[in-house]
Amino acid sequence: MSEIIAMVLAGGQGTRLGVLTENVVKPAVPFGGKYRIIDFTLSNCINSSIYTVGVLTQYRPRVLSTHLGVGRDWDMDRKNGGLFVLSPYAAAAEGEWYKGTAHAIAQNIDFIDQFSPQYVLILSGDHVYSMDYNEMLDFHISKNADATISCIRVPISEAHRFGTVITDNTSKVKEFEEKPKNPRSQLASMGIYIFNWKFLRPLLIEDSQNEKSSHDFGKDIMPKLVAGDNNFYAYEFEGYWRDVGTIESFWEANIDLTRSMPALNLYDPNWRFYTHSAEMPPAFFGNDAEVVNSLTSEGCIVHGRVESTVLFQGVTVKKGTILKNSVIMTNVLIGENCIIEDSIIGENSIIGDNSKIGIGDRIKNEKYPNIYSDGISVVGEGVTVDEGSTIGKNSSIGNFLNTKEMRIKTVPSGKNLRIDGVV
Amino acid sequence: MKILGLILAGEKGQNLGKLTNKRASAAVPIAGKYRAIDFTLSNMVRAGIKKVGVLTQYNPRSLMDHLGSGREWDLDRKNGGLYILQPYVSEASQLWYRGTADALHQNITVLRRGDEDYVLIGSGDHVYNIDFTPVFKYHLSTSADITILTKSSEGYDPSFYGTVKTDENERIIDFKEKEKENTGDKINLGVYFMNKKLMMDLLYSTVPNGKYDLVRDIIIPNIENLRIMSYKFSGYWRNVKKSLIEYKRTNMDMLNPEVLNELFSPQRKIYTKLKDLAPPKITSTGSVVNSIVADGCIVSGKVYNSVIFRNVNVKAGAIVDNSVVMEGSTIEEGSKIVNCILDKNVTIRTERSYIGYEEPLFFEKWQVV
Repeated sequence: MSEIIAMVLAGGQGTRLGVLTENVVKPAVPFGGKYRIIDFTLSNCINSSIYTVGVLTQYRPRVLSTHLGVGRDWDMDRKNGGLFVLSPYAAAAEGEWYKGTAHAIAQNIDFIDQFSPQYVLILSGDHVYSMDYNEMLDFHISKNADATISCIRVPISEAHRFGTVITDNTSKVKEFEEKPKNPRSQLASMGIYIFNWKFLRPLLIEDSQNEKSSHDFGKDIMPKLVAGDNNFYAYEFEGYWRDVGTIESFWEANIDLTRSMPALNLYDPNWRFYTHSAEMPPAFFGNDAEVVNSLTSEGCIVHGRVESTVLFQGVTVKKGTILKNSVIMTNVLIGENCIIEDSIIGENSIIGDNSKIGIGDRIKNEKYPNIYSDGISVVGEGVTVDEGSTIGKNSSIGNFLNTKEMRIKTVPSGKNLRIDGVV
Repeated sequence: MKILGLILAGEKGQNLGKLTNKRASAAVPIAGKYRAIDFTLSNMVRAGIKKVGVLTQYNPRSLMDHLGSGREWDLDRKNGGLYILQPYVSEASQLWYRGTADALHQNITVLRRGDEDYVLIGSGDHVYNIDFTPVFKYHLSTSADITILTKSSEGYDPSFYGTVKTDENERIIDFKEKEKENTGDKINLGVYFMNKKLMMDLLYSTVPNGKYDLVRDIIIPNIENLRIMSYKFSGYWRNVKKSLIEYKRTNMDMLNPEVLNELFSPQRKIYTKLKDLAPPKITSTGSVVNSIVADGCIVSGKVYNSVIFRNVNVKAGAIVDNSVVMEGSTIEEGSKIVNCILDKNVTIRTERSYIGYEEPLFFEKWQVV
């Protein structure tokens, strides 16, 4: 028996990350030089002494499953408990995909039952944050709560993007509004809940039998908790938490790490973040390297100028190249005399000599205005950019494209290169 | 072909002075994040060796801590895996290892027990990256009794190394151990490959007669009786325990991209204990030129021509030049070090300046200066 077990929802597609989540699920998107987004949630679990963790996968789980393995990198390869990857399954009557977050947990009631936990912690694998779940659990216990939702205070102007919670002066939840047009509270839901398992179990069964329900925690379970006479409390978390759901917020959260004293401290020996990383030698800085305000991971070879940039493992930057405000993922090779600004470049891409990326006028993306519109250009993974190419601002290059073979030298600002050409 | 790997890692490494006061030379930190033994261990594992015995004796704590269960080298196995072979007290004796051959003889059970046909003996002090499989093939195709890894003696001092002379078929015909005169044009790299049964026979016939050294008492006397072949290795190779200058030079060699590429080629990886530290960060006042920097470092000062290990903090206004700075050290504001070796967790206090002239200055573990 475990006192508490964690269930991590890691099936989200993350459509607003464009090409970055075309082939990988959002929790598996690389972040911060050597991590993947889910590492933060898993490290928080292990740092909070929660050793039994179920990870619910669905959308494109290959990279995520490879990354997690048996959980050894998080010390979760255990005889009792440990890390479990829970995929949707076919049962005798019918096989089903997870229809929603609540449905995903409901499908795994048997899994949770085998540990007969007192509390179940519901987490999301999409967020970058550092949080001690024990403090929330202490709050939950001290309030004698059936359910507790974790909230963070956001500016009222931002609150419309979140589920907001209205509480009384004892922190008891009075109302819950999902993405309100006129928010009345600054307390935004972080998508983190603690339930008494005895309380949640019948609720999930009831919800999964309700055909009208969309089986979502935020949309269906929360309103039900508020409506009934339940001990439902809101825990206010004070600390670093980001939902890196858009290109801009993803880019910004990465670039934040290059500033001095960032809110997310990756160097805290008492709160380490663990990951599954490749074995590479220390970063090499050549005679002509000029690196300021940057993260330069192991295996990097730097000869150019790098400013306010996150270089992931194994990145090569050749002579005369200038990188600024960019996120360069694992094993990218950047040729000589390139200029790259305000860009995100996916894993294993090759940028030919004398190329310019993220240079041009700031024109809104025509095809995908909701994804690429904050001045950031995105090159997908495994891309080959031909020598002397120019890629503008708010542009994107699809995964695994080869501009040399496609004979395309220019992708203007606000345009996207896909397999069917520039659109 | 089943092979037992044995790594000799019991030596202090006298010539390294204070660097090996609290650790065996095989556990000496090198190249920013590695320990000397990582190279031989990884070379063996990559050659398909599934059982490796590490013979230790001198202050093994640091080495044990590093090796753990052998998991980083995929040696945490149900069958085989990593064996730590230490001297022990028994009914019959209570002796330290009196030499390399004695060390092997005291652990003869490991040789006797397994189902391996061959044994590969290496040293924990050598920095090199080799694919051993051609060596195994060479051993068979030349019908050798013993194959010894050698290298051209160019650039190596013969008084530090064993030197060998070969005939036109690469058979070793003369062998001199650490003498002023170089007998041939090759040095012995201390890697021996032979049939396990032969190894056992040789040990049984020498060690009980009071002869304890693998080279002096087993290899050299048998040069005529046995077919001892030389396999010439042409890559980068260094022995870290020869002197402090040599140790520093080996670290500085990592600033040569060719050496770095050869030692840490992605196809032939060297594994070490992972610590999951954050990527190194260079802040707005920092700069790094011609240096390697490992994970967990925060550089706000200026670093030139240096090897910076994990978790080092170079604060604003500090200058690090031509130095080796080991894990956890801090160079405080406005201080300067030139030609220094800082052992782990050293603190250089604000506005201090230390310059090594002919020999590098060495600072011991936990020193605050």
